[in-house]
Amino acid sequence: MGTDAAALIGMGMAAAGFAGSGVGIGYVFGKMIEAVARQPGAEARVGKYLWIGFALTEAIALYALVVAFIIMGRA
Amino acid sequence: MESPLHHFELHRLVDLHLFGLDLSINQGVVTMWLAVAAVFTLFAVAAAKRETVPGMVQNVAEIGVEFIRDMAEDNIGPNGHRYVPFLIALFLFVLFLNMWGLLPGQFTVTSQLIVTATLALAVYAISLGVGFFKHGIGFLRILVPGGTPGWLIPLMIPVEILSQLARPLSLSVRLFANMTAGHTILAVLFGMALSLPLWAGWLPFGLTVLINALELFIAFIQAYIFVMLSCVYFGDAENLAH
Repeated sequence: MGTDAAALIGMGMAAAGFAGSGVGIGYVFGKMIEAVARQPGAEARVGKYLWIGFALTEAIALYALVVAFIIMGRA
Repeated sequence: MESPLHHFELHRLVDLHLFGLDLSINQGVVTMWLAVAAVFTLFAVAAAKRETVPGMVQNVAEIGVEFIRDMAEDNIGPNGHRYVPFLIALFLFVLFLNMWGLLPGQFTVTSQLIVTATLALAVYAISLGVGFFKHGIGFLRILVPGGTPGWLIPLMIPVEILSQLARPLSLSVRLFANMTAGHTILAVLFGMALSLPLWAGWLPFGLTVLINALELFIAFIQAYIFVMLSCVYFGDAENLAH
C-alpha cells in the first residue's frame, strides 16, 4: 500500500473523531432543555454557559480536522 | 475543480526583507490593517460626539465595551477593570477578522494558525507574568489544586503542568480550526454547486446560505470564547483561589 493511500485512509479515520463531538453537543443541548424545563427563570443564565459548552465541544471535533490536515501535510 | 483549501494560501503582494526577517506584505497583513482601521473608525465615530442619550454608532460601541467589561468583572474579580482595554482590543480584533473572512472574496486571517497562536501566546504570557508578579514564586501553587491529598501531589503536578501547556495550544487551535473548517465546508459546497447539474446543484447552494448564517454565529461565539477563556486564565493568575 502506497503512502498516499495510507494517508487517505488515515484522514478518513480522523473524521471518526467527529462522532464524540456529536454526542457531546447533543448532551449539552439536552441538558440545557432539561434545565430550562425544571427552572424556566434561569434560561438566560444557563444559556451563557450553554454556548460556551457548545463552542468548546464543537472545537474538540475540529482537533480531528487538524489531525487530518497534519496527515495531509505529511503525505 | 480547485482544492477547497486553495483560498487559505497566502500570496505576497510586496516583498520586504529587513534585518534578515521576512516582513513581506501579504493579503493577510492587509486584511489585518483593514480590520484594525474598521475598529478604529467605529470608535472614532462613536467618540466624536459623546452624548448622554447615545446615537446609533455610540450605542453599538457602548454595548461592546459594556459586554466585555461585565465579562471581565464576573470572571477576573475586583481587579478585572484593569484588563478591560486589552480584552476589548482582543475581542474586537478577533471578531472583526472572523467577520471579515465572511465577506465574499476576502481573506480570513484567523484561519492562519500563526495569527491565532501569537494571540494565544500573548494572552498566556500575560497571565503568567501577572501571576508571578503578584504571587512571586508562590504562583507555582497553581500546579496543586486546593484540597489535594498529600500522596496525590506527585501525580497531580505533571498533570497540571500538561494542562497548563495545553492552554495556549487549545486556545489557538480552537479558533484556527473553527475558521478553517467553516470556510472549507463553504468551499466544498460551492464546488459541488458548480460541478453538479442544475437540477441537483441548487441543493448545496441553498445549504451555503444556512452555513453562512451558522458561520456568522460561529465568528461571534469564537471571539467570545477566546476572550472568555482569556478572562478565566487572567482570573486564575489574579486570585490563585485554590
